[in-house]
Amino acid sequence: MNLDSAVPIEVVLEIYRRMVRIRRFEDRLYQMFLQGLVPGTLHQYQGQEAIAASVCMALRLEDVVFSTHRPVGHAIAKGVPLEGIAAELWGKATGCAGGKGGQMHLVDSTVGFPPSSAVVGSNIPMAVGAALGFKLRGLDCVAVSFFGDGASNTGAFHEGLNLAAVKDAPVIFVCENNQYAASTHISLAMRISDIALRAQAYGFPGLVVDGMDAIAVYNSASQAIAHARSGAGPTLLEYKTFRFMGHSRGDPGGYRSKQEVEEWRKRDPIIRLHNTLIEIYNQTTEALESINREIQVEVEAAIQFAQDSPDPDPATTYQNVFADD
Amino acid sequence: MTMAEALRDAMRLAMHQDPSVFILGEDVGIQGGFGGGFTVTLGLSETFGHERVMDTPISEIAIIGAAVGAALTGMRPIAEMQYGDFVFCAMDPVINQAAKLHYMSNGTYQVPLVLRLPVGATSRGAQHAQSTETYFMHTPGLKVVCPSNPYDAKGLLLASIWDNNPVVFLEHKLLYGGKGGRKEKTSLDPIMEVPEEAFTIPLGSVAIRREGTDISILANMLMVYRSLQAADRLAEEGISAEVIDVRCLAPLDIGTIVESARKTSRVLIVEEDNLTAGWGAEVAARLAQEAFYYLDAPITRIAAPDTPVPCAASLEQVYLPDVETIVNTAKQLIE
Repeated sequence: MNLDSAVPIEVVLEIYRRMVRIRRFEDRLYQMFLQGLVPGTLHQYQGQEAIAASVCMALRLEDVVFSTHRPVGHAIAKGVPLEGIAAELWGKATGCAGGKGGQMHLVDSTVGFPPSSAVVGSNIPMAVGAALGFKLRGLDCVAVSFFGDGASNTGAFHEGLNLAAVKDAPVIFVCENNQYAASTHISLAMRISDIALRAQAYGFPGLVVDGMDAIAVYNSASQAIAHARSGAGPTLLEYKTFRFMGHSRGDPGGYRSKQEVEEWRKRDPIIRLHNTLIEIYNQTTEALESINREIQVEVEAAIQFAQDSPDPDPATTYQNVFADD
Repeated sequence: MTMAEALRDAMRLAMHQDPSVFILGEDVGIQGGFGGGFTVTLGLSETFGHERVMDTPISEIAIIGAAVGAALTGMRPIAEMQYGDFVFCAMDPVINQAAKLHYMSNGTYQVPLVLRLPVGATSRGAQHAQSTETYFMHTPGLKVVCPSNPYDAKGLLLASIWDNNPVVFLEHKLLYGGKGGRKEKTSLDPIMEVPEEAFTIPLGSVAIRREGTDISILANMLMVYRSLQAADRLAEEGISAEVIDVRCLAPLDIGTIVESARKTSRVLIVEEDNLTAGWGAEVAARLAQEAFYYLDAPITRIAAPDTPVPCAASLEQVYLPDVETIVNTAKQLIE
């Protein structure tokens, strides 16, 4: 697998935009959370943006993404409109799930984003099932399951990867190894250094990639997706990464040293891609700043939209329990 | 047609009609194998191939989880648990996913899947014997169906396959009518004329199996037969029992049940699941609210005791509600 393949400038710029959109939105949420302005819970994605943005950039609209309790980055990257995400966080009628989902359950059927599942590991077999359905219908769509290092210790991981293997399901398992399952470091939860090694046990390729390098993520994901589309079966991609924030709202991260956090922050994937755009793709700081400003406006507008939106009609509590009722 | 044949026929017709229907489970399509736990899928892989009659590893989470994922993205999977008890390995995909994703998506995604569970005590011990309907009946978003005969099995399974919601479909092992080595020693094996063509029975319906005026006996699956036997015995003593087959628990046709209770003024519920919080408890509570002033006796339940299912035939006999108990309890309610 070649991780340094040249990626067209339009693609890199779009990855950059999506990463910045995620970062600015998440940072603004955190700021507002500190002011007590964000209802419900938060599981933030800062630090991992290269993974969501580059993997989704390598997908087609009709491919589906199964996400987790930390879905904001994946949803933005797959194209769920920011307004709908923000309004869902604020529990509004205009939210992407009409207020029934909340921060952990974002959804948009028009961009291939089924409700993200907040039970760790649970989305893995579901992605396999979606992939098997594509295969049965002769479509060349793929399914992606995003999950963390913690999910790789669940039974659902084992059963899902093994089933995908024996059926050559067109699915890509994207493990975002951010080193910590809530507060538990991976060294306390497994005896191997790389989760990708587990792919060997199922008989398909597993790869360790720097999750802070958007270009490497894009190239690895593109190749795994092409592999799956061709009928050759699944791949396990392990992206080494780090979440800059706590596990969830109000988690100061006392289980990690300041030094560890600082060292990972030096590897910030957005700064890295910013530098690549300037050094390799001849972009100017001004041009990138202009993108950043546009996105900041978008983010503020989405949050304003959420705050201005009406609460859901109380009657909707009883609706959509069953289809066709 | 036996019930196993009727179920197979329903799946065969559905798979011919719609390419999005497929089967997944353990040992469902293996050449020279069993046709699933109880021969229900026998021969289907020869007609539809091993892609659409998909044999899986022993991975209940993956079977049901994959069924959910496929259902979300346009398929109509029929997932089989070899024994209904094994669904407890995979309650997350049933309860947290299948039942909730339509709601969580604000109605934009649907989960049209059928989960087939062979249930009932058949001298196999505590982990291959439970009647599990109450776990699912308690969960909003799931439909729960439990046919007692081949005709209903076919019509209800077809309705379940075409339903756009997750349906938990219970099949009693003593009613399948298996053959040869797969035949249950104590099975009833009801055989009926079942139309060759496709037909559906609306989910959420109950069926009055015998009309009566003195007492309403509500039962499902195997207990329908014991209740009908009891009704025969009661008739000999001049007592007219109405027997209602509660073949769907969710949605529940409480209207027909209430109407019967108002007519007979006495209700006896007979169920094979455990007494505490069994489906009968819910029905009794609803009746207490909606028919209380019409009743001449306490709503009474006969259920399996609150113990695991014992294995020895002599103990299983103690465990399962029998005809004698139904007759005696009915008489007490009338005296």
